[in-house]
Amino acid sequence: MPNREISEAQVDAEYQRLKAEAESGGYHLNPDVAFTKDLIRGLLANEARYGHGACPCRLASGIKDDDLDIICPCDYRDPDLSEYGSCYCALYVSGAILRGEKAAQAIPERRPPESERRGMKAGRSPRHFTTRETSLAYPVWRCKVCGYLCAREEPPEQCPICKAKKERFERFM
Amino acid sequence: MSVKKHLKHVKGKKKGGITLYALSTCGWCKKTKGLLNDLQADYHYVDVDLLADDEQAEAVAEITKWNPECSFPTLVIDNSRCIVGFKEQEIRGLLKDAE
Ligand code: SF4
Repeated sequence: MPNREISEAQVDAEYQRLKAEAESGGYHLNPDVAFTKDLIRGLLANEARYGHGACPCRLASGIKDDDLDIICPCDYRDPDLSEYGSCYCALYVSGAILRGEKAAQAIPERRPPESERRGMKAGRSPRHFTTRETSLAYPVWRCKVCGYLCAREEPPEQCPICKAKKERFERFM
Repeated sequence: MSVKKHLKHVKGKKKGGITLYALSTCGWCKKTKGLLNDLQADYHYVDVDLLADDEQAEAVAEITKWNPECSFPTLVIDNSRCIVGFKEQEIRGLLKDAE
């Protein structure tokens, strides 16, 4: 697959947008701007070739449903931020790294290998969540990216905290 | 195998028998290439995300032999062991005594 040309202006615009979005939700982009912009160029390249912004540091399948957990921000960002101070790619970093008190470094892969992912998918059909009876007035939805919870008929179109799309929500209660 | 023909040769003074499996979009892969270049390493690399589907599958099978997680970067050394991820000290150590 050829790497489509992404212009510097596109990268800059996406950098500004992502930075503002991250800060408004209490997240931080890596202060190493050159490194960060390279990752954003990678994200835009993936968006162009797959139609979804898959993680630049992981090999995407190109099938949206199989890549859902690694559409940026991925399901593994927040646990990695808590444990290591950065996401796997080091696009997002902790306050300590932002302030230069700690350096970002390569961290282990948290995403389960493909064989395990297949098993997880099979064992959890969406129906399992939608047909379950509860005594609550509303179902509770959880954003798989950041953990935001809301009680309403359906998840929001976009997570108000991390901006993940509706399809990244799961039924929580 | 046909992935071999996509391996790019970066000529350098120090031969470490290194094959680097990378992604064109990945920051740590780029840092790994940069470090190998700084160390004047002689190595081969391939950006697996840029391969056509069948060749990509072949590359994944090869990487998985060394690194079951198939994560990037994966460096295979002398066809006998591998380094997973941008491990700067390990990579430096690899080339310290190489000629
Ligand atoms: S949050 Fe970080 S690790 Fe996760 S997809 Fe985005 S860049 Fe990759």
